[in-house]
Amino acid sequence: MIPTAFDYSRPTGVDEAVHALTDGGEDAKVLAGGQSLIPMLRLRFAAPSMLVDLGSVDEMRGVRDDGDALVIGAMTTHAEVLDDPLIRAQAPLIAQATATVADRQVRHMGTFGGSLAHADPAGDMPSVATALDATFEIAGPSGRRSVPASEFFVDYLTSALEPDEILVSVRVPKLAGWGTHYEKFNRVAQAWALVGVAVAIRRSNGTIDEARVALTNMSSTPVRAHGVEEALVGAPATDESMAAAGQHAAEGTEPTSDVSASADYRTHLATVLTRRALGTAAGI
Amino acid sequence: MTHISMTVDGVRYDDDVEPRTLLVHHLRDKLGKIGTVVGCDTSNCGACTVLMGGNSVKSCTVLAVQASGMDITTVEGLAGRDGEMHPVQQAFHETHALQCGYCTPGMIMSAVDLLAENPDPTDAEIRDGLEGNLCRCTGYQNIVKAVREAGETMRTARHATPETASAHATRDEVTT
Repeated sequence: MIPTAFDYSRPTGVDEAVHALTDGGEDAKVLAGGQSLIPMLRLRFAAPSMLVDLGSVDEMRGVRDDGDALVIGAMTTHAEVLDDPLIRAQAPLIAQATATVADRQVRHMGTFGGSLAHADPAGDMPSVATALDATFEIAGPSGRRSVPASEFFVDYLTSALEPDEILVSVRVPKLAGWGTHYEKFNRVAQAWALVGVAVAIRRSNGTIDEARVALTNMSSTPVRAHGVEEALVGAPATDESMAAAGQHAAEGTEPTSDVSASADYRTHLATVLTRRALGTAAGI
Repeated sequence: MTHISMTVDGVRYDDDVEPRTLLVHHLRDKLGKIGTVVGCDTSNCGACTVLMGGNSVKSCTVLAVQASGMDITTVEGLAGRDGEMHPVQQAFHETHALQCGYCTPGMIMSAVDLLAENPDPTDAEIRDGLEGNLCRCTGYQNIVKAVREAGETMRTARHATPETASAHATRDEVTT
């Protein structure tokens, strides 16, 4: 199908983009790479009055080193993230998860920020950003503000972004000395994750000091598996403690049942995938 | 209407389009580039794959306005001016890497994109690299074989001929 008609604006700066979005009224929408939005437009699930295309906002592209963190421009494509030496060296969890996003064509167009702002709980980047305690830098008509990942994802396809706000960049703390892993389970190539688990783990000698675990597609937002994290602190880095901690993975989650998997199956997957992800991240 | 300008298969085109126009429809309906096909229209099958700025994209999931200022290559732009097929096209022909042929334009463009990044992929890397393209006839065996053989041909050619041998089409300007 062909999308409904809309007006189009292609600003070249963040402030100009915010103006265009404000001027466009409440039905104006931001277009990043379009890999989620254009399918929705084609199906007419979305019918914005105006699209503000951020494709020419160069200041929103690229990855830079900012001391104890990386700052990833929201318009950096998945392919650019994958190619970025800073990401590979300082945020390998992002690189690994990004390689599993959709397919090559989609990764060439789709953006890091777009996949976060879309706030699809089945997307891979939201749980990764949640596990990494990323901070979201947002621009709006009243200026800039920062929102932590724990507050950014509000509900299914709903983020903390107001209709006239734009996600500009994402600040990701460097986790020197941590082990990380993204474990994703899907049925066929390029499919959404049935369940995914993003893990970051810090250990000294044989003991786990700290763990962060976030789940993809286990609730209407990405969720931290606090039960797993608490069970691991001070635990020995062994298969047994990983398996025991993994049993807590689905606590407090509300997975859906759909044509691909029942809620019970997703609950089972969460415990198994968490155990695997923890083991790989801890290097055991 | 929004004014756009793009280079497609070496020719520059200037047009006014509705912002909602999908790139694949612009290529086919306005520019006559019917070698690029619409398959699923749901961003899954990859039959509409073209190169934009050298990168593979699904042209049913790109607005024509997003492609403004870009260099587009469709399957029609791969062959040499004398009609000599691109090594990937030749390999698909020789290894019978198609049956109905509907997925072939997209398969070939994805293979070109993959081989540009990874000139010597393993079979697993080929399958992974083509995950955005669906074929419902072949079972993929001969497609993987074609990409492998095309990679060999292109690596050999690269060693055998100096860079000056790569012929670039002269840019013409056309307004439709």
